[in-house]
Amino acid sequence: MSERKIRVLIAKPGLDGHDRGAKVVARALRDAGMEVIYTGIRQTPEMIAEAALQEDVDVVGLSILSGAHMTLCPRVVQLLAQQGMNDVVVLTGGIIPDEDVPALQAAGVRGIFGPGTNTFDIVSFIENQVPDRAGCSE
Amino acid sequence: MQSVRRLLSGDRRALARTISLIELAGPDAQKALAELYPHTGQAHVVGVTGAPGTGKSTLVNALAKSYRCRDVTVGIVAVDPSSPFSGGALLGDRIRMRDLAGDAGVFIRSMATRGSLGGLARATADVILVLDAAGFQRIVVETVGVGQAEVEIASAAHSVVVVASPGMGDEVQAIKAGVMEIADVFAVNKADREGADHAVMAIKMMQGLAPSPPSSPSSPSAPSERTGDGWQPPVIKTVATRGTGVDEVLQAVEAHAAYLHETHLYGGRERQRVVRELETILRTTLLARLRARLPEERFQDLVAQVAAREVDPYSAVEQLLRAGESL
Repeated sequence: MSERKIRVLIAKPGLDGHDRGAKVVARALRDAGMEVIYTGIRQTPEMIAEAALQEDVDVVGLSILSGAHMTLCPRVVQLLAQQGMNDVVVLTGGIIPDEDVPALQAAGVRGIFGPGTNTFDIVSFIENQVPDRAGCSE
Repeated sequence: MQSVRRLLSGDRRALARTISLIELAGPDAQKALAELYPHTGQAHVVGVTGAPGTGKSTLVNALAKSYRCRDVTVGIVAVDPSSPFSGGALLGDRIRMRDLAGDAGVFIRSMATRGSLGGLARATADVILVLDAAGFQRIVVETVGVGQAEVEIASAAHSVVVVASPGMGDEVQAIKAGVMEIADVFAVNKADREGADHAVMAIKMMQGLAPSPPSSPSSPSAPSERTGDGWQPPVIKTVATRGTGVDEVLQAVEAHAAYLHETHLYGGRERQRVVRELETILRTTLLARLRARLPEERFQDLVAQVAAREVDPYSAVEQLLRAGESL
């Protein structure tokens, strides 16, 4: 019987193409033993929600540097909820001004990680948020 | 099982969750599979394999698009390796499959190889069954064509497309390593690059070295079990990013599917697949049962003895089997 792995979708919604941050995070999560599905740049919220459903992920990580986070993040949360995926942990990273953080959290974004975040913090955040799957072999 | 019923009625979320359950194996997975199994056997399974960087994902994307133009539904299983160190995986095949987003006739699932030895082929086969039961008409399984396990997965498909690309220097070396024999269709992708004709030639030369097919390939009685089934794998040049040659690949796959049915080879392949499947399950089940019965220290004791050259491994296995029986 194989071990239950935490599955994470890393996506870049919107129009900016700077994907280095997303790739660094993807790599760090893989090295922490998670299965990371990387969907690449220029994804619509609809594409992200659909991929999250098909891949049955526990976590969706959104990397946004374009400034469109106040539109895109709540939309992804909303679409996931419409699919009955309320339990999926939505995280965002990139350039998020401090004053936007409360509104994003209120919209259902559970973790917000700006530049300079240690990837270990993201790993442990996810492991705490997805406790029943983290490292336990059923 | 409720999730199975929902899956059968077309619920995509239930489908995704069932795949996760099946991937874990275990008693619940077995129960789900038992319920799904009567609904399987309808899909034609297409394996796509080849060396890294040849454009498999892009070709799968283009192939799925072509199928969708013909109103055929497609399930895709994209297999990528797990890291042997962390157990994690970076699954990036979807990057090349963005054209398929928003289409209810397509379902893409990325799969990591995970750790278990020999379990990979089985897990993939089980996930194929789930997509089959969900009603997808064609199921495309993409694997990196290196290593025995990947070859095994691909060979479980009804039709196998082997993807090569020019300018890799060792395109034929890559193909030679066990993949040549399992190809039903060759796609020389990135054919707009220099060396495409050379790659096509190289594959045809390799084909020329194989024993010639029976003189009347159309006669259904002539083909034998495994070798020389009379099908000559076509070699097709493609530029998957532009869709060039993709329809030809699709037609070749469909021609191969039709050929399997006409020649009654289909039944033979199914039987071979089932034999392999049963053997794999039997092997893992027997091993698990034996290990569960034997005290771990007994096993470790023998490991130490074999390592110290006090006992040879074959005698050790005999001892283990005897111990397992007497317990």
